[in-house]
Amino acid sequence: MGDWQFTVLLLSNGVLIGLMYSLIALGFVLVYKATDAINFAQGEFVMISGFVAAAGLMVWGTPLWLAVALALGGMIVLGFALERVMLRRLIGRPVIAVVMATIGLASILRGVGPFTIFSGTKPLPLPIREEPFLVGPLFIPPIQLLGAGVSIGFLAAFGWFFLKSRKGIAMRAVADNQQVALAMGINVERYFGVAWAMTGIVSALGGVLWGNLLGVDVNLALVGFKVFPVVILGGLDSIPGAIVGGLIVGIVENMAAGYIDPYVGGGTKDFAPYVLMIAALMVRPYGIFGKKIIERI
Amino acid sequence: MSALVEIREVSKAFGGVQAVTRVSLDVTKGEIVSVIGPNGAGKTTVLNMVSGFYHPDTGRIALEGRDVTDLAPSRIAELGVARTFQNIALFRGMTVLDNLMLGRHVHMKSGVLSSFLYWGLAQKEEVRHRRRVEDIIDFLKIQDLRTRPTGSLAYGLQKRVELGRALALDPKVLLLDEPMGGMNQEEKEDMARFILDVNEEWGTTIILIEHDMGVVMDISDRVAVLDMGQKIAEGTPDEVRANPAVIKAYLGEPKASAKEARRG
Repeated sequence: MGDWQFTVLLLSNGVLIGLMYSLIALGFVLVYKATDAINFAQGEFVMISGFVAAAGLMVWGTPLWLAVALALGGMIVLGFALERVMLRRLIGRPVIAVVMATIGLASILRGVGPFTIFSGTKPLPLPIREEPFLVGPLFIPPIQLLGAGVSIGFLAAFGWFFLKSRKGIAMRAVADNQQVALAMGINVERYFGVAWAMTGIVSALGGVLWGNLLGVDVNLALVGFKVFPVVILGGLDSIPGAIVGGLIVGIVENMAAGYIDPYVGGGTKDFAPYVLMIAALMVRPYGIFGKKIIERI
Repeated sequence: MSALVEIREVSKAFGGVQAVTRVSLDVTKGEIVSVIGPNGAGKTTVLNMVSGFYHPDTGRIALEGRDVTDLAPSRIAELGVARTFQNIALFRGMTVLDNLMLGRHVHMKSGVLSSFLYWGLAQKEEVRHRRRVEDIIDFLKIQDLRTRPTGSLAYGLQKRVELGRALALDPKVLLLDEPMGGMNQEEKEDMARFILDVNEEWGTTIILIEHDMGVVMDISDRVAVLDMGQKIAEGTPDEVRANPAVIKAYLGEPKASAKEARRG
């Protein structure tokens, strides 16, 4: 295999994996955009959806569509319930309160999953072919192609929603200024609930796709950590940012794995995105597409 | 006929500070009523209670005879009360058109899910609301600003767009918190004209807070004067102007009174 072919292979895998990161990052961005809350439990949302879907398939013996529907429905309910029970009470409190609450939530979900659904690792088989497509130098696992496709579909749908639909614009209004949104007759709390439910939907799909790729156990939540470099690079409140950030993280990971790991014996793949994240924080803390907020002092 | 807005003996304290004490005010349909008073008199607090942002500690507020004292601001907006804010409160990063369309929110029926599923319905609704917004754009003479982001507009125009957004609610009652604050003379005259036109053309009842006495006296049917959280006078502009308690409280220092006496 030639050098350029190797590079193209790394690139294409980076793009596909990156788009799957974008899907999860989208969940994070949706909540941040609408409610200003930083959700440290994003990975756990993905994990718990994976648990529900895998349990449906492997434990309760439901067909795939029902397992996915259970994960989707469960996450929508969880999203609404969390807003109602927990996050609504934290409105107007310092950011750290929400951060701590979601970190606590993350731990609870990590405990509750194995405790109530199943323990150990379960596969989450999807009825798609396992052998990769070989296109020229490219080596494309079908699951990653599906994941990338689902990501692009949802990113486009939510992008349209926020830019073009009146309800999406209302949600942006809520994010911009709650007081004024209230004066417009916008039921701010309902929109908060909807934002969390949307995150639930995205997380459920992320859970099914990543669950298939990695297998379902508590470690599935770790994929959530990749959200942070994605959103820091792209911008916390930007949907295009989630795409670009995801692509960067996916590509950097693969490049590190292909070009650096062989010399140092491996491992750089896992931390390279974070090096980039820290560098980005120093140079452009609001991300590539994020809103530059000028604080008045 | 009972008043459109009845404010009955409302009081509000923040911590130990009594911001508003037993203030009553009736506003009849079609009136322009100004609330004036020195800084810290409690004017904005009264406005915030009418629009539901604060709930009075005691007393009650009714709209068309219906008790709205403890309703959420979004509910009160749905019942036909629109407001503007003291500091410009446009949604930044959105166009003038998007801001005005948000004013139509209370009249939009389709939900979040249906905006995904029944795109056609949402489109039909959009056209209807867009027509109303275009009327307001024409009315306020901001045709060429439609697609401009609000942040890029001059101050006076931002205030005008904010008025337009409130008008887009088709309100029965319009609450304006210092609509001319920070404007130059020309902008003030434009705004005063628009306020009068809104009142005339659509019969909208208007309650406004304003510091510019000239404007207040020109456009108001009635004026209520607050001082230190209490209503000290109410009446036509002429009555209020002649009221010694008002002159003392509002104009304050003897020097200003002397000037007023010389002029009058």
